[in-house]
Amino acid sequence: MSYTVIVFVKQVPDTQNITGEAMKPDGTVNRSALPAIFNPEDLNALELALQLKDRYGAKVVVGTMGPPNAAEVLRSSLYRGADECVLLTDRSFAGADTLATSYALSCCASKIGKFDLILCGRQAIDGDTAQVGPQLAEKLKIPQICYIEEVIKLDKKKIVAKRAIEGGYEILESPLPALLTVIDSNVPRPQAARKIMKYKNARTRSELAKDHANANYTDAEQLAVEEEVLKQKGLLIYEWSADDVGADKGRTGLAGSPTKVKNIMSVVLTATDTKKIEPSEEGIKNLVHELIDDHTLG
Amino acid sequence: MANFYTDNKDLQFTLKNLDLAEAVGLREKNYSEAEKFDHAPKNYADALDNYQRILAVIGEICGDNIDPRSRTVDEEGPHFENNTVTYHPLTQKNLNDLKQADVMGVMLPHQYGGLNCPVTIYTMMTEMVSRADASLQNLFGLQDIAETISEFGSDEQKAQFLPRFATGEVDGSMDLTEPDSGSDLQSVRLKAWQDPKTGQWYLNGMKRFITNGCAKVHLVLARSEEGTSDGRGLSMFIAEACPQLVVRRIEHKLGIHGVATAELQYNDVPALLCGQRRRGLTRYVMSLMNGARVAISAQALGIAEASFREARKYASEREQFKRSIDQFPAVYDMLTRMKMKVLAARALLYETTRAVDLRSGYNHLMETLSEKELTQEIRDKAKYYNRVAGVLTPMSKALSTETANEVSYDAIQIHGGTGYMKDFNVERYYRDARITNIYEGTTQLQIVAAIGGVITRANEERIKEFMALPYDGKLLRLKDKISEMHKLQLDAIKYITEKKDSAYYDLQAHNLVTMETYIFVGLLMLRDALKDNSREVLAERYILDSVSDFKKCYMEVVGGDVSTIDNHRVIIDF
Repeated sequence: MSYTVIVFVKQVPDTQNITGEAMKPDGTVNRSALPAIFNPEDLNALELALQLKDRYGAKVVVGTMGPPNAAEVLRSSLYRGADECVLLTDRSFAGADTLATSYALSCCASKIGKFDLILCGRQAIDGDTAQVGPQLAEKLKIPQICYIEEVIKLDKKKIVAKRAIEGGYEILESPLPALLTVIDSNVPRPQAARKIMKYKNARTRSELAKDHANANYTDAEQLAVEEEVLKQKGLLIYEWSADDVGADKGRTGLAGSPTKVKNIMSVVLTATDTKKIEPSEEGIKNLVHELIDDHTLG
Repeated sequence: MANFYTDNKDLQFTLKNLDLAEAVGLREKNYSEAEKFDHAPKNYADALDNYQRILAVIGEICGDNIDPRSRTVDEEGPHFENNTVTYHPLTQKNLNDLKQADVMGVMLPHQYGGLNCPVTIYTMMTEMVSRADASLQNLFGLQDIAETISEFGSDEQKAQFLPRFATGEVDGSMDLTEPDSGSDLQSVRLKAWQDPKTGQWYLNGMKRFITNGCAKVHLVLARSEEGTSDGRGLSMFIAEACPQLVVRRIEHKLGIHGVATAELQYNDVPALLCGQRRRGLTRYVMSLMNGARVAISAQALGIAEASFREARKYASEREQFKRSIDQFPAVYDMLTRMKMKVLAARALLYETTRAVDLRSGYNHLMETLSEKELTQEIRDKAKYYNRVAGVLTPMSKALSTETANEVSYDAIQIHGGTGYMKDFNVERYYRDARITNIYEGTTQLQIVAAIGGVITRANEERIKEFMALPYDGKLLRLKDKISEMHKLQLDAIKYITEKKDSAYYDLQAHNLVTMETYIFVGLLMLRDALKDNSREVLAERYILDSVSDFKKCYMEVVGGDVSTIDNHRVIIDF
């Protein structure tokens, strides 16, 4: 285990397979109607981390910020080969924009301690901002390479990676530690049967407490003992609050988010007519004029 | 985004309702394995939860990865050059996906890195894999080879080979068939000789039609006893791929193009004796073949499922005379029958695997417990499940594989001229299905294997159990129909036993096995309808459809017509 690789992932509503009422009347996403999934490009980031583990030997730590049930994507990471997981969860994290999110994640990374690489998916399918990775690198004051397709070389001091650019690719070198954002250029490995059988029992502290509540039993000391037992078996998903990671609550969640959503429109495409353009010089000329007239061009 | 497990409600119903508690309890040694292995289940509910999760993962791999690659694999197949087989890159990807999903040692014990799943769960995986790419099943489905070493090999052999099978590092083949020994394996000639000084065994001779003959580990049936000519002179050996083991050629086949079927030449290949001498065919290969028969039943069922789905989709989309063709009685009747055949084959297959799981559980106790610990109950159950699995395995193989042929045939019919073209999948399913009722014993041989158990009423206890379930209304009326068939079956058996004419017995065996299948599957359908009343229509359709076919079979048996026996030569030569 010569390297430590942190992968930050996100649980997102499945916007690619929309069933039922995906939008509320006010134009916001109706999360309860959409199944929660592992953000696709985060799976690519995890896959890249696991490939680095296979190639060079690494400890892969997966972190996510989200509500308690986001632990599901962490278990899914364990099924694929992650070594440790951290759930960053706190009411004060709710409503975060990319600035507040990257701040919280930077606190989390600092608490994890020494690391060589942080991998993130390029962007999440619910917000599509592609900002969290870069902002996180800024906050941690480490170099970043975005749109990574593959890692060409990794050694103790530096990483050489290939990233996609318009019309081609670039090969860049960066000192470690560094942050990479990853695009969908690999095929995430499937969940492995034996890991499923083991890690389906992985729990966060609040899940453990919930199991206790169901058993009509709440004893903090006993809980701590059981947490320790899970930890010994490698089945504890670390659960950290804002205080645990030393986050300033003025900079997290809604309070720390300057972005305000002014208006959201649910755009329903209602085109009905078709228009035939003759495949001639004349036809093309008319079309170009028409597009200039309605300001689509120019 | 396709998942061949979650999109198949019949398969999910089967897992949920097929009571595997006893079999799993035996396999997990009353869940004491959980103390040693952190992934072993703690109780039956835990085990069932594991199975569902794993099947969902494999279902996704089959739907999203393997199925979309299957056409190219079929068109291009493996590459053979300089006596070396290279599988198609997509086949290699498929295998890698399955390796990464950790399902290369599904049934192997925990201690060797396996998942220790029952054969029922493995069979469900092979069904899904076959639905995606039937030829891949011939590679994925070779886990019976490791299973055979696990059952009969020495501790050293297990330690040497099983962990490598479990990780997918090695693959296997079963080398039985020779140019002159197909159905008649007793006549196998490949010679095994032992160096008197070192005790090392060597193999010499030819094997033919060997599925995945390019494997790294071979189980070989060979003649170890010089001067013998029957099955009792044969032993089983384990050989590893080496320069002395030459792949001479691979066959050009009608279907299952993705897998290499090889001709092998053994030039003094070093080998290990597996199990005891002289028991190669009588004990080990019979066991291996029984396992393989279950796997082929699942392969056939997967092809049938795929064929039905393509036909259903096409019939709902294709419009003729301003209507989708599935609105025409001739077409929806075909689709209904196809679906019923698939459901029937599945019901029988998993009832079979349940019996096979119980058999292996009790057999294991018989072999590991001391004389003192062996209660009469364990002995009785071991005997009982040996008998039941012995009759259900060939019944299931005959039904599933003939079903696959019929359903894929009809699937082309529903597509019309389009289905005859390579542009659609159904022609591939039709080609792939064709081998299933031939290899691992033809349907004709399955009849031979099943008829004894049918005559001696191996299924009688289970039939009585199902008959005694609390049916009422429609289900009760359907049960009465089965009772009637059951009476006729006993009557036909009495007739044939009293006739004491072995040629007539052989001639009518297929009718009796078919009749048994109608009764048994009809009862499975009724049992399932009791658990879920939306399945009443299925039980009704199956039983009503079987009445007339059953009667035809019955009349043929008790008709006593021997003219085929008397005149076949004249007719054939006419």
